[in-house]
Amino acid sequence: MHSFPRWKIWMILSVLLVSMMASLPNVTSVPSWWPSSLSNPMSLGLDLKGGIHLVLDVDVDKAVSHSVEEDIDTARQALRKEKIRYRKLSAEGLSLNITIKNSSDLAAAQTILNETFTTYSISDAVDNTFTLTLKESVADETRQFAVDQAIEVIRGRIDALGTTEPVIIKQGSHRILVQIPGYEDSAHAKQLIGRTAQLEFKLVDEKGDLDKALTGILPPGDIIMYGPEETRKDGTTYRQPYLLKKRTELSGNEISDARVSIDSRYNEYAVTLKFNSKGSRKFDKLTSAHVGERFAIILEGEVNSAPVIRERIAGGSAQITGSFSPAEAHDLAIILRAGALPAPVKVVEERSIGPSLGQDSIDQGMNSIIVGCVMVLIFMAVYYRMFGVVANIALIFNMLLILAVMSIIGGTLTLPGIAGIVLTIGMAVDANVLIFERIREELLLGKTPLAAIDGGYNKAFSTIVDANITTLIAAIVLFQFGSGPVKGFAITLSVGILASMFTAITVTRAIVAISTERSGRIEKLSI
Amino acid sequence: MQLIRSDINIDFIGKSKTALIISALMILISLGALATKGLNFGIDFTGGTLVEVKFDQAPTIADVRDSISPKGYGNAVIQEFGSPEEILIRVQNKNTEDSSTISNAILDGLGEKFGADAIEMRRVEFVGPQVGEELTRAGIMAVLVAMLAILVYVTFRFEFRFALGADAALLHDITIVMGLFALTGKEFSLPVIAALLTVIGYSLNDTIVVFDRIRENFAINKKRKKPEQEHVVVNGSINQTLARTLMTSLTTLLVVFALFFLGGEVIHDFAFALIAGIVVGTYSSIYVASPVMLSLAGRFKADEDEIKAMEARP
Repeated sequence: MHSFPRWKIWMILSVLLVSMMASLPNVTSVPSWWPSSLSNPMSLGLDLKGGIHLVLDVDVDKAVSHSVEEDIDTARQALRKEKIRYRKLSAEGLSLNITIKNSSDLAAAQTILNETFTTYSISDAVDNTFTLTLKESVADETRQFAVDQAIEVIRGRIDALGTTEPVIIKQGSHRILVQIPGYEDSAHAKQLIGRTAQLEFKLVDEKGDLDKALTGILPPGDIIMYGPEETRKDGTTYRQPYLLKKRTELSGNEISDARVSIDSRYNEYAVTLKFNSKGSRKFDKLTSAHVGERFAIILEGEVNSAPVIRERIAGGSAQITGSFSPAEAHDLAIILRAGALPAPVKVVEERSIGPSLGQDSIDQGMNSIIVGCVMVLIFMAVYYRMFGVVANIALIFNMLLILAVMSIIGGTLTLPGIAGIVLTIGMAVDANVLIFERIREELLLGKTPLAAIDGGYNKAFSTIVDANITTLIAAIVLFQFGSGPVKGFAITLSVGILASMFTAITVTRAIVAISTERSGRIEKLSI
Repeated sequence: MQLIRSDINIDFIGKSKTALIISALMILISLGALATKGLNFGIDFTGGTLVEVKFDQAPTIADVRDSISPKGYGNAVIQEFGSPEEILIRVQNKNTEDSSTISNAILDGLGEKFGADAIEMRRVEFVGPQVGEELTRAGIMAVLVAMLAILVYVTFRFEFRFALGADAALLHDITIVMGLFALTGKEFSLPVIAALLTVIGYSLNDTIVVFDRIRENFAINKKRKKPEQEHVVVNGSINQTLARTLMTSLTTLLVVFALFFLGGEVIHDFAFALIAGIVVGTYSSIYVASPVMLSLAGRFKADEDEIKAMEARP
């Protein structure tokens, strides 16, 4: 006991210094020469600073079935090129069904399908029908790609909101976590994120009979789509039907820019689209081949308008109109510019916090920490006198250490996290209580003060380790299974427990050792 | 200062029959409440929407209901939250529509009636049905895994019957805290699960300290010429650690009460669960864990080698 190792004292002082340095960024800004790993403040969770927290589910299977549907076109082109006539092409989930007209073409069809569709496994023909099934590995890739792409698209849309440090990350296999700190309008955010922004251009079938089609006799390769709901003078509503060619001539992928503009004819807000080079070429070809016909602009499955092509349009741009408010036009421009979502997304979880609640939580949390801490400090000092004061120094050191570790590991402080710190205050002194009670017992057994201190620390040690490890187990399990804010609780609790083992054992022992060394022989302990 | 006299010797084990009856009663009441009233599950588990709004002036619940009725949410659960100006509105998910938009409709309805400037969105939470199921599963898993991990750890550090005693105390604590939630109708949410796990950790902490002393005293006792009976040693150990058990519970309760009274409404139920858990956990580490461990004496007889190995552990 008389020779407390010097290196331990140096280690404690180093930890103290590093903790103070790492905690400083939370209080004030640090100079540029400050070590970079110690320059980051602890970040606050959304529940404390306020903002939008959304978990989105990407309908990845839609992305897969969509890509299979698109392959119908590929099949059509491949068969036409080989002059193989087919009776039916259809898509269903992961598979394509291709029915060939003449049995004599089957061998040729098999060859060309094998060549074209390397990502599918192709069955032998049954009743002239080939079934092509997308390979599971390819389907998986498509799903993953859909999520990654959705993240990019959503990032583009949220960046347009102009908030700082939004978080958009993948969660699990098909979910996306979106956090927008400091943003309040949850309805707007959800609307902006949730829209697929699928934009398609299809030709109107001018020769087809719309009335007949509406009764169910649809010309092959055609589709009926509707315009937005409108109200007649008598108050009833209707939607304008259109008979369109199924084939999508151009899509939102071929847009390079979208801007809010004023439609000169009606003096209304509109969105002007500019095609990229590939889109311009396609648009050029489309307009020159179909002068006098109409093409329909379809936004999210609804026909926005169907203007007549009056002349060939080179280097094209197009305009989307509607009775937009400025805000609606602005949003539409944002989502068209950011691109379409590869698959529909759905909000499956939301936890949005208004700024005032966040601030209240911080204030109330700090109050609890301060009041809890002061009560424990007083209690310990009264109950264990000098030793209580030593434990209190360790407790304050402990708080500092938690702050430092949270800052260094880039931990996020949440409201339950604050609760974890408060709880740690109560439990951190436990180790000291164990030691001090043990020292009292040793004194009662008639040991000298120094021997009692030694005995107390030695005998309490394994108990402290056992007791803390079990709490740590609970905290780790909580971290593993908990979500969001609850994880924050698990983190501060774990950090607090580990820090308390250092401060309550090593630090108090050092203080006790140094003070007893100085005063030489000790007759009585202030415990 | 000393609140517990150092020569204290209460006959805890002798009273374990009485304690057993009290515990059994509390557990029966808890199970009864859980079975009949059930837990008031929060939207974390049931799925649904929660909107917390702060008004400039305290509204009546009826006015709030009137404002959201036209939107189709007249059957919402509406309650005061902390102060009369703060209102909490809870709605179940609907199957027919995109449920994430329910909060928009509610806020619109409130804005139309009270004026958009008179209300302030404090919090919107929405949990889809699938996520609710996942969170429920994760919550149950967390409690089970924690108990199993602890069983393994205590078996490794002590003996199997100690582990069973510890887990019996844990089950006891969890059942009673959950029963208390069923009885009071307080909302059982995700943070409450976190509190339950903390209670597990805490209660165990207490139990381990007692067990540690029992292990130590068992070893001493074996070396004696006239070894005392197990239950005498156990009772002595509980008394020796009593001061510490109560002191730690007291300091922890001090801070948790600070959290309960000052931490705000959001953390209120969480703090309540902790208070209940610490009180019950302290009781169980004295009256449940050790008696159960004692009653299992001889059932899992460790052989000589194992005892030696155990004594060799620090």
